[in-house]
Amino acid sequence: MVLASRPHQRTPLWRDERVLSLLGQAVFVAIVVLVGAFLYGNVRAALERQGLVAGFDFMQAPAGFQIGERASFDPSESYARAFTVGVINTLRVVGLGIVLATLLGLVAGVARLSSNWLVARIAAVYVEVIRNTPLLLQLFFWFFAVILNLPKVRESLALPGSIYLNLRGIFLPWPAPTEAFPAWRNFLVGGLILAALIWMGVAWWGRRTGRGGFGPGLLYALAAFSLIAVGGWFVLPAPPLALDVPVLQGLNYRGGTRLSPEYAALLFGLVFYTGAFIAEIVRAGIQSVSKGQVEAARALGLKPMQVLRLVVFPQALRVIIPPLTSQYLNLAKNSSLAVAIGYPDLFSVGGTIFNQTGRALEIIGLMMFSYLTMSLTTSLLLNIYNRRVRLVER
Amino acid sequence: MTTLAAPETLRPPRASVGVLGWLRQNLFSTWYNALLTLVTLWLLYALLRPASAWILTEAQWEVVTANLRLFMVGQYPAGQWWRIWLCVYALGLLAGLSWGTWGARFRTFAVAIGSAGIFLALLPFSLDVRLRWFGLAASVVVGWLGGRSPWPRQLRYGAAAGWLLYFPFVLLIVRGFGSIPAVPRVETSLWGGLLLTFLLAVVGILFSSPIGVLLALGRRSRLPAIRVFATLYIELIRGVPLVTVLYMASIMLPLFLPEQIRVDRVVRAMVGFVLFIAAYVAEDVRGGLQAVPRGQYEAAEALGLPGPLVMGLIVLPQALRAVIPSLVGQFISLFKDTSLVAIIGLFDLLNIGQSVLANPDFLGLHREVYVFAAAIYWVFSYTMSYAARRLEKALGVGER
Repeated sequence: MVLASRPHQRTPLWRDERVLSLLGQAVFVAIVVLVGAFLYGNVRAALERQGLVAGFDFMQAPAGFQIGERASFDPSESYARAFTVGVINTLRVVGLGIVLATLLGLVAGVARLSSNWLVARIAAVYVEVIRNTPLLLQLFFWFFAVILNLPKVRESLALPGSIYLNLRGIFLPWPAPTEAFPAWRNFLVGGLILAALIWMGVAWWGRRTGRGGFGPGLLYALAAFSLIAVGGWFVLPAPPLALDVPVLQGLNYRGGTRLSPEYAALLFGLVFYTGAFIAEIVRAGIQSVSKGQVEAARALGLKPMQVLRLVVFPQALRVIIPPLTSQYLNLAKNSSLAVAIGYPDLFSVGGTIFNQTGRALEIIGLMMFSYLTMSLTTSLLLNIYNRRVRLVER
Repeated sequence: MTTLAAPETLRPPRASVGVLGWLRQNLFSTWYNALLTLVTLWLLYALLRPASAWILTEAQWEVVTANLRLFMVGQYPAGQWWRIWLCVYALGLLAGLSWGTWGARFRTFAVAIGSAGIFLALLPFSLDVRLRWFGLAASVVVGWLGGRSPWPRQLRYGAAAGWLLYFPFVLLIVRGFGSIPAVPRVETSLWGGLLLTFLLAVVGILFSSPIGVLLALGRRSRLPAIRVFATLYIELIRGVPLVTVLYMASIMLPLFLPEQIRVDRVVRAMVGFVLFIAAYVAEDVRGGLQAVPRGQYEAAEALGLPGPLVMGLIVLPQALRAVIPSLVGQFISLFKDTSLVAIIGLFDLLNIGQSVLANPDFLGLHREVYVFAAAIYWVFSYTMSYAARRLEKALGVGER
């Protein structure tokens, strides 16, 4: 053999892949460290010129500004507390926004596939208009052109159900707890525990018998919970909740709850914008289920609702969930545009703190950390859910 | 032989053809569909009647017409507007040239630009401006005629090179040179309106693409140090809102750089956009890289190509082709997101609108300004997404 007769040669160092890769990484790390040191040195120098020392001690100083969304916040409270209020405000709008945007997106996505030509067209126009214009523009439109154009308090627009729209915001009836509420809360907790037990029991029975056909455990659990909740309502001597209706008193409405103009504009803007994107995701998901699946299910004798529930939705969900996750994250991140219409979310409060203290490094770090935590938590939760619904492969 | 009696031809039932049939099938197929149609019609009427009355009679469009130049170019000095026209004509010329040399593929694009020129020339601007818009259509025709001339091959390369050089050319022309008196430097603080919107988007696209490709390659690298760095960067940027990145670029960039280097505000915003979009481009490109089958790598290596060439000649071209549609989608959102520079105080199309509204002469005309700005954003975004859909079909992504 020719090959075997050649004396064994060691690969020279400059052609050994292991050495090369180590060397390459060392050079890369060295460059990163050098650039980092250069930037760090500049920041140190800049901070020294301003006579500042990096650190979060300043967060304990009194804030000295008010936060419009929360009248109870006192200017003498600390910056740290102000920032927390900002975070809570962000979560308030993101939480409700995600729920409403999902509902709107679901309706619009299904409407786009409707056999009714008019409904499908309208949904298409909604999606195409909203998706192709900037969110910031839409927020400005909602705030300056819609909400701030509402009539004054005394000439409020009254909608059915005691809802009043005016310059001060949107006034809604709101359930207020009465003295019977604590007793009812016990009923609710008991119902919740029972519902969880039923859900787990049904799931266990399904696994045990190999027949998921017992019916969806969630439905049974919900039914049990609502039965106990409604039963408790009537068993108690007085209704635990009373509807608090806003009433015009003097120059303002009292009672009920109020959505401030900024909150309402931000919520509408985010919900309509994200809803359009979710509609497209829902449409793509439903269209991804092949027609043969529906036909086969019908041929097996399933009823139309069963076809949707047992065949179409489980398969569509697999396609829908991953992009839906990123839309939720987008909504959370887009809520930072609140600063443009003066809603005190975490970005806006952070900006105010920066303007007062000049602590760029700490504030931006804190803001990024907050958003990053929110993003990572959301994607973690939805990834867990995604793992449950995705296709089980060999 | 038997003859069959010609059967009497029945007319199709009136209820299933024609307008009536269409209505029945699409709007009134069942009772709940009919109810839905009626409710929707009523809602449409309730919405559209006041809306159309507003657009036609109540809206005061003077706020737009009186400030049109502000909306288009901001404070860009009037004596230098010819440069912007030059860029517009160069675009028309290139589109026409590509149509002439490359043929049908560019026809829709070139025709769209030409007819946009004619449409704008028909609007009631001053005669001077209308003639200039007409020049856009003329430049498309000139380019097309040039493309039909007898040197197609050279012109093809010329057109391709022209597209590559077009955007740097625009940037240089708009900025100008300190040393050439005919094309003096125009400070970026004077850039504004739609011009600034476009320039931000163009710079974002130009510079974020190569960085994004590098990051995507880094994230798939076998070297852990590089992979960790790329992954951290991508996930960090994708986890925070664009506003914080812009804010950071506008506030912290001066801190990070030595004292003597001063970066102006537009450039800071551009840096922010590039850093932000690059992470998203990287994720799109990574998707494309994952879609290239392993056999392609193995075959290329079996042919003896060294690593960089395997990437550059075999894998990247296929990966990039697969992700062109999603990249276009990314750039549409970049185009819309340029409006966020309003938050760091630059005067793009939207913020010019805000400053016009702050003028006491135009108080309270929010709807007019926003509808106008939205229409502009919509036209460009919709055109881009339409082009992306056609491109997707032409490239056969997901079909081959």
